[in-house]
This record gives sequence, C-alpha cells and structure tokens, in this order.
Amino acid sequence: MSLLRVENLFLRYRGQTRPAVDGVSFSVERGETFALLGPSGSGKTSTLRIIAGFERSERGSVALAERTIEGDGVFVAPEHRNIGFVFQEFALFPHLTVMENVMFGLHRLPRDERAARAMEILDRAQLGEYAGRYPRQLSGGQQQRVALARAMAPRPHVILMDEPFGSLDPDLREDARRKIRGVFRDHEMTAVFVTHDQTEALGFADRIGVMRDGRIEQVGTPEELYRQPRTRFVAAFIGGANILPGQGQGDCVMTAIGRVPVDRDATGDVTIALRPEHLQLDTPSDGVPAGKVLSRVFHGHDLTIRVAFTDTEITVWDDYRCPFRVGEAVLVRPREKGVVVE
Amino acid sequence: MKRSVLPPWYLAIPALVVGLGVLVPIGYLAVRAFDADPATLRALVLRPRNLELFVNTMTLATTVIAVSTLIALPLAWLTTSTDLRGRFVVTLLSILPLSIPGYVAGYALLGVGAPHGPLASIFGTSGPKLSGFVGAAAALVIYNFPLVFLHLRTAFASMDSSLTDAARSLGLTPGRAFLRVTLPQLGPAYLSSVLLVLLYVFGDFGVVSLMRFETFSYALYMQYIASLDRTYAAWLALMLLAITTTLVVVEFRLLRDVALERTGLGALPKSRPRRLGAWAAPAYLFIAVVALASVALPIWSILYWTGQRGAWTNMGELARSFVGSLSVSVPAALLATLLAVPLAYLTRRHKSALTHVLERSAYIGYATPALALALGWIVVVLHTAPWIYQTVALLILAYTVHFLAQAIGPVRAGLHVATPRIEEASRSLGLGAIATFRRVTLPILRPGLVAAAILVFLSCVKELPLTIILAPLDFETLALNMYSFTAEAMFAQAAPYALAIVLLSALLTSILFHRLGEDA
Repeated sequence: MSLLRVENLFLRYRGQTRPAVDGVSFSVERGETFALLGPSGSGKTSTLRIIAGFERSERGSVALAERTIEGDGVFVAPEHRNIGFVFQEFALFPHLTVMENVMFGLHRLPRDERAARAMEILDRAQLGEYAGRYPRQLSGGQQQRVALARAMAPRPHVILMDEPFGSLDPDLREDARRKIRGVFRDHEMTAVFVTHDQTEALGFADRIGVMRDGRIEQVGTPEELYRQPRTRFVAAFIGGANILPGQGQGDCVMTAIGRVPVDRDATGDVTIALRPEHLQLDTPSDGVPAGKVLSRVFHGHDLTIRVAFTDTEITVWDDYRCPFRVGEAVLVRPREKGVVVE
Repeated sequence: MKRSVLPPWYLAIPALVVGLGVLVPIGYLAVRAFDADPATLRALVLRPRNLELFVNTMTLATTVIAVSTLIALPLAWLTTSTDLRGRFVVTLLSILPLSIPGYVAGYALLGVGAPHGPLASIFGTSGPKLSGFVGAAAALVIYNFPLVFLHLRTAFASMDSSLTDAARSLGLTPGRAFLRVTLPQLGPAYLSSVLLVLLYVFGDFGVVSLMRFETFSYALYMQYIASLDRTYAAWLALMLLAITTTLVVVEFRLLRDVALERTGLGALPKSRPRRLGAWAAPAYLFIAVVALASVALPIWSILYWTGQRGAWTNMGELARSFVGSLSVSVPAALLATLLAVPLAYLTRRHKSALTHVLERSAYIGYATPALALALGWIVVVLHTAPWIYQTVALLILAYTVHFLAQAIGPVRAGLHVATPRIEEASRSLGLGAIATFRRVTLPILRPGLVAAAILVFLSCVKELPLTIILAPLDFETLALNMYSFTAEAMFAQAAPYALAIVLLSALLTSILFHRLGEDA
C-alpha cells in the first residue's frame, strides 16, 4: 500500500467562486519524490497545505502510513500528523539559533538526546559550524538547508516542500537540488514538493502530477509526461509543443503542415502535439503544403524558427546548420510521431 | 493565500471594547450637543466667538508647522547629506527637545522672564514676558520640530540619490535639482510629521492655557470649569473634533496621492555628502541658535528655579505625585499593550470591514483631542455609571483608549515577523496552538510589546488634559502638580516636577531609540 494516499480533495476559499482544489487524488510510494507541477493558481500549494493540516478539505481523504489523518469525520491536527513541512520562505524561527531551530521539533525526545541528535543532523547537512548562528546571519542556501534539517529532524513519515528552490538564486538551485537528492536517497525519505518550474520537476522528481485549475491533469514519470502527454495543456507545459488540429486517418493525421504519423489510431476531428525538437525544415516539394519562415533566432548550438502556415504558426528547433532565412518557403517534416491529445 | 474567517471571540471582545470606548463617548457628545431648543442651538453655533476660536486655533497650528519646518528641514539636510562635522551630536541636540512636553516648555519660557527669574537675576529687571500667541507658538515649536526633523531625516537618509544624478544629467543645477527632485520626494514623510504636529497642537491644553491664548481647547476647558451648562462645552468639543477629522482626512488623501515607489532594481546608491566649505560657519551658527533656544534655554530656566527658595520644601508632595503618576500610567501602559495584541492580530490576520473599523477606532481615539474625549467620557459615565466618575479606574481607561494607537504600531511590526508560516512551521513540528503561541509568537513579539508599553507609559506620564478633567479630586500626578504651580506663577515650586518629567522623558526616549535602533 502507498505511504501517502490522497483522494478527491476539495477546497474553496471564502469569497471565491472557483474552488482552489477540485477533486485531487494521487498516491506516493515510500522513498519516492513526487512533484506537483503547475502554473500559479493551479491549486498545488493548497493541496500541500491540506495534506499538512493547515487547510481543511471539504471532502475526500488523506491517509498516511495506513492511518486516515483526514476524511470520514477525522481531522488530525497538524502537530499530530508527523509530517515535515519546508516553507517557500523557509519560516525559520528568527528568535532561535540554527541549533535551537533544529531541536524545536525534538521535544518528544529525552532532553539530553535532543542536542546530540540535532548536532548530528546539522553535521550531515554541513551546517555544524553554523549551529550557534541566527537565521538572519545565513545565506539563502544555508537557510534552506536549515529548514530542511529542521523538518527532517523528528523523522517524519513524509516531507512536504513548497517551491523549495523558489527563493534561491538561479545559479544556486542546481547545487541545492543535487544535495537534497542525496539526503533523500540516504534517508529513504518520502517527499512531495510543489513547483511551477518544469525543469525543476523533471530533474528532481521520480513522478510528477501536473495540475491545472485545481485538478490533476496527468500523473507520470518525467519521461512518460514528455513522451505521452495526455492533454494539450500537459504537452505545452512540459517541454513545450505545437498544438495542431487535424483529421484522423488511422495511423496518421492530416494537418496544416501535411500528413503527420501519430502514436495511436485516430479518426475524425483530433488534436495532436508536436514538439519543436521533433521537427525538421526542408526545401518545398510537390504535394506537401509549404510555409514561410517568419523569424529565426540563433542561440548558438540551436535555432528557434517560426514558420507561418495558413491559420497557424509552427515553432521548430533546428540545429546550427539550418540554411533557411526569413521569408523563404519551407516544409516542416516530423521526425517523431505526433501525440494525439485531448 | 489569505484565510478570511470571522475572528475568534477571544480576539474580538477586546477589540469591540476599544471600539465602544471611543465611539460611544463621541456619540454621547453629539447627543448632548443637540440637547437644547433650536433657538439656543443657533445662538451657540453661530456665535462670533466660535469663528475667533477657529481662526486662533488654525493660526497657531499653521505657525507651529511653518516654524518647525523651517528649523527641521535644514537640520535634517545638514545631518544626512553634508560633510558637516559632529552630525551625531547635532542629531542628538535636535531630538532632545522631545523630552520637553509642550507645557513644560511653556513653563520654562514663562519662567525665564518672570520676576526674580533667571533673566531678572542677570539684568536686574524681569525680561520680556513671552505669553499669548507668541509664547504658545514658541513652546509648541520646541516640542514639535523634533518630530518633523525625525521624519525628514529618515526620508533624506533613504533617498535614492540616482534620481538627483538623473536630474543633473538632464541639465538641472544642484539648486534646481534639490527643488524639483529632492523636495518632492520628502512629501510623504513630511505629511506624516505634519499630521502628528496638527494632532498635538489641536489636542494641546497645557500650553494654551498657561500662555492664555484662546483656542478651542482652552475655551472648552474654561467653559467646562466655569459653568454647569455642558451644552456649549459639548459644541466646542464637537467643533474641535470636526476640524481635526477634516484635516486628518485631507492629510490621508494627500498621503495616498503622493505615495512614491522606487522603480528599478539594485541596491540604493549611497549619495555623496555635499561639501559645505565656507557655508559651514552659518550652518553652525544656525544650529547653535536652535540648540540654545530649544535645549539650553528651557533647561537653564528649569535648573535656575530648582535652585530657588521653595523648590524642594515639600518632598512628600513630590513623592506622592510620583507614585500617583506611576499608579495610573503603569496599568494604562499594560492594558493598552494587552489590547493592542488582539487588535494588531485581527487587522493583520483577519482582514475584514469590521476589523478595519475596529483598528480605525483606536486611531480615532488617538486623534480625538483629549479634552473632547474626556468630556465625552464624563457625559457617558454620568449617564450610565455615575459610581465610576472621579475614580482612578476611569482615568486609566481613558488613557488606554487615547494612547492605544501608539501601542499598535510596535506590535504590528512584531507580527510582521511572526507570520502565519512561522506558526505553521511550529505546528508541523509537533506543537499545539497554545504551545506555539507561547514558544514562537510571544518571544518574537516581546521586543515590540516592551516598546509599546514604554511608549504608552511615557505618554501617560506626560498627559495633562485627560488627567485634569478625569482624575479624582485630591489625586496628584507630576503633570498635575507642575501645572497647578505654574498656573499660579509658583515657578520654584513647579521646578522639581518639571525636572522630573524631563528626566523621565529623556530616559525613556533614549531607551526607545536604543531599542528601535537595534531592530533596524
């Protein structure tokens, strides 16, 4: 059985007509890192706060380690859930030292063991020398590690993290991600985190739930989401995609750029997703509709080219050899099968 | 993501008490004012004397603001933007007069030129008598220009110098850049300080009554003392309230319109100090004149009189009034701080129209001129609970309601740090709601609570009009005794009280500045 099971959560903030969380369900296995990915306002942080017990779901349930902590008339207070939470802005206690912050959650241990345990955790997070400092004397990256150490110290069943890298400098994020990955692996820690940054989710999570308007659109491993996006939103949000309408003809679809082979049989009006890096430009030939190069932006190792067709524009990522200039007529050829999406 | 639920009852009750403590007295005042036949009402409202009082009050307020600005603006600029030597000492000298409440400054000015006073001891005859309009304005400026100075100084210090640089690069001379770019940036800070000065001048009773300059406050007090007919007194209070409210509203409008924000990113560029060169000499002369008039003269006057016969003859009375001051100021400070916590909490965590009104009512209590508030309380109390009239409890309550707004600021600042996230962090680490408040919220709020209590205590010790009207008959405080001796021109007898008030103020103000300085 999954370590964390979330079923049919629903939350509407007072004074809002649209629910923030609308029937969210997913489960997380022991030792897994799960990401809730979505644009701002998609309900991912609210979902996390329901799991932590900071908000109450109107229906549905949350079960952790085979115990119902919310739902069926049960509501376990946040302090009794055994869930660690890392806040976006870290929420370190400003009046306590690093050491005291980490010891804060160890109040159930005998007094003499608390300091030893906190010190051990700080040492492992390479924060031992900062034990006596106050949070404001630390850098952003250090504060984040303290926040994580504090949340992990009481050995919670699961760690929840709200945009854990959001308040770090972009060049610090990669390093922080790598370190935290290592810590989670060493402790077989189960974690759920929230992010709006797809590269962060793809690079950090074992599985991802893509959220939009309070609902989960698709759950899968990073590769599944990339290869088989179920909806046009998932296709566009993860990796970016050209969304094209067309007429299904069995194993291929007729579109504005011509005939595109697809991943499964399709008939009638369908929509397909084509990734820019799966497309190639070619010189015009008979029988295939040609487009016109609208713009050409050179990035070094690759190029972004926009091609105009009747009624639509297509983005293509080609490599540095691309000979086509703005205004020239070109064909767009798919190198991979298109994905039929909802 | 804000949760907007109804405030829990234990937060709402103190807040409601405060709302009632301010709004009911004002309401009663209005009822009392209309409690006469129409002909009498017309006669009361349309008296030419009202216009005279209005003109006097406004002239005094404008003069105090104008003179305070003329003193504070150069001082603020000199201490922040120039290479003047001794800027720290100059800053200190400019803040020091804050320890001299208006009526103490009034006492000092009256005392300097009085018969057998310090001037007389040097020149043989008593000097020019500073009283009436000039005396009142001078005494009020001494206390108020430091308020303007502090606001302007902060504004100068946090000014974005790249704006002035931009103005220069667009072809403006330094002088024109100062006028067209620097001065407008001071707007918000200046307007806030003007608001404080206005409230002080409108609320002042001690200075105008000692100097015998007829403003609304003075007339209100005389009316209250002299006749049993409270209707005209109520009208005077309402008129004073109306002017205050109008000006506060205008101020808020102006402040909202001039709210300036910095555009662009990056650290604030530190401006280069202006070299004074030959201008240093006139600058020092200016500083010397201000310091002599606002610090040296009052202190000299007070110290001189403490050395005269009769100053220290009644030590028992001095001790009694000191204990009296403490016995009302300490409970009021604690009560105000205690009430400020739920009020600040409500307005930060439970934003709603109701909580907004409750918080505003605390500010209305502060802005309401003390005499008007006191009169309102008396009308209410005599009508509903006469047994509380002329008790210490009533005085403490009135102090609390009047000064509560001062306590809200520091508590709010603390709550700015103790965010809901911080409390949730504690919950997720296994602490319940009460344990979280005790171990996280309270320790973070503590410095703010202490600052709030000191601030209110200081204001209560210096308070005069509420005390005069509401204190029990034989009750003594430092401020009361000092005022009654001065009113009878017993300068030597008043001197120890003046000295005690100034020393206490200086001590507490320096503690506050020290604490606030540490936070910044």
